[in-house]
Amino acid sequence: MNIYVLMKRTFDTEEKIVIEDGRIDEEGAEFIINPYDEYAIEEAIQLRDEHGGEITVVTIGGEDAEKQLRTALAMGADKSVLINVEDDVEESDQFTTVKILEAFFEDKEYDMILAGNVAIDQASGQIGPRLAESLDIPCVTTITNLEVDGDKAKIERDVEGDVEKIEVSTPVLVTCQQGLNEPRYPSLPGIMKAKKKPLEELELDDLDLDEDDVEPKTKTIDVFLPPEKEAGKILEGEIDDQVNELVGLLRNEAKVI
Amino acid sequence: MSKKIVVFGEVRDGELRNVSFEAIAAARKINEDGEIVGAVFGNEGLEEAAKELIYYGADRAITVQHDSLKNYTSEGYAQAALAVINDENPDGIVMGHTAAGKDLTPKIASKLESGLISDVTEIEVTGDNVVFTRPIYSGKAFEKKIVTDGLIFATIRPNNIAPLNRDDSRSGDVTAKEVDIKDIRTVIKDILRKTSEGVDLSEAKVIVAGGRGVKSKEGFEPLQELADVLGGAVGASRGACDADYCDYSLQIGQTGKVVTPDLYIACGISGAIQHLAGMSNSKIIVAINKDPEANIFNVSDYGIVGDLFEVVPKLTEEIKNLKVNA
Repeated sequence: MNIYVLMKRTFDTEEKIVIEDGRIDEEGAEFIINPYDEYAIEEAIQLRDEHGGEITVVTIGGEDAEKQLRTALAMGADKSVLINVEDDVEESDQFTTVKILEAFFEDKEYDMILAGNVAIDQASGQIGPRLAESLDIPCVTTITNLEVDGDKAKIERDVEGDVEKIEVSTPVLVTCQQGLNEPRYPSLPGIMKAKKKPLEELELDDLDLDEDDVEPKTKTIDVFLPPEKEAGKILEGEIDDQVNELVGLLRNEAKVI
Repeated sequence: MSKKIVVFGEVRDGELRNVSFEAIAAARKINEDGEIVGAVFGNEGLEEAAKELIYYGADRAITVQHDSLKNYTSEGYAQAALAVINDENPDGIVMGHTAAGKDLTPKIASKLESGLISDVTEIEVTGDNVVFTRPIYSGKAFEKKIVTDGLIFATIRPNNIAPLNRDDSRSGDVTAKEVDIKDIRTVIKDILRKTSEGVDLSEAKVIVAGGRGVKSKEGFEPLQELADVLGGAVGASRGACDADYCDYSLQIGQTGKVVTPDLYIACGISGAIQHLAGMSNSKIIVAINKDPEANIFNVSDYGIVGDLFEVVPKLTEEIKNLKVNA
């Protein structure tokens, strides 16, 4: 099986967000593989181990994303590609990203493309379904189980808590939801091996694209933090009295019940 | 400039979801003087839904009825949606940021080579610009976005933009459109309903959430009872899901669902930053925890330091009494 995984480098979930000049300050922040993309990498490894084939992890970003690609390789992916847009793309949106990916996949053969269902930073959840549409392959989002048999895939997907069972032919693009698997940690031998695995670097030129082709359709004009919440009221007294007071507050002060 | 906006309504179990009405209100914000066209898809009984869209502010509505549209499939619904868009040639499209909305709208945006602003919580018009506010980093920050080229296309997060008042004296044309739905490559074999009573976490006005402090699967029962008297839904922290006290579909947090109910009751949840990311924008937060130092108290409006197994049943009783006497 020819398997591709779309990966994004994101802020660590522990990070506090600081805004500097209308942008998120990345100085000193820890970065990780987007947690939903980890499910995609893990699933790809399990598929390859069962059916054979090769896994290529693809990311768009700058030099810094090499670290996360190496982590994916250390987990068990075979190859990786960094589409480095640092010098070419100043403003981007999901349209931009998918234009680039579409060009990348143009001459590729694939049975399965896996992605996270959403990235925890921008959280648009658009990339998977958009790319599937531009490659004209089916897309199944928020999957929680995947079985491949020949060119058929049996999939379970999470639909707001309900489970939908789906059958589809490959090639297919799936986006991964938590519950799909338990992503492995890279092993020490894995980390050693990863250093020697291929990491190809491409730029827009290599994909026959120039800046105008990927000009975004939307623009961020401001970034701000939510208003700080004042510490609330800790009730006191006997539990019965506290419960009584709470109900009164919820009804009369907060007016939510 | 007056525009035309198409709103895709969403029918579930024969009824329009509330977020569809919120989407009409959102379209009206974008488009004060223009036309709003509602559209609904399904296999039966769409006439009523179409009228409801009009009562809630649409100027007219389009129905696409087909046996293949009984359940949502991205391909079937995309064909119906694109047929409507081709006919109407709108300036904008709005839909709810629901499972179907998240699945369908990127596909359409890709087909139309357009931008798409997902998961919008606020809309304002300043001059010629429609400015969309949306949470990023799971609600740890917000961004304001505008469309710079092409369609104004957005999905809106449930529970954030108030619907317009229902007015059943409103009338408008309802057109049944024929669309030949074909070549669906993803086949739904079965749907297992796991959610009870149809109160979806993302749309719930009240959420009672449990953490590690709930201690077991059975420990969630008193939380469910409290949720039931409040007409709400039960959620959970990652800790509770990892410990297998409940299904991952209930998880609220940075991974998991991001929710903004009117009332969030956190029971036995310590308040890790990842959990706060998923719920801290709720309107009112109540924390119940044995540990007075728990971080959850820093974001809560009201806190009770105590054993959730003592507090929650009393709270349920007290609210029951209130409802009986009301």
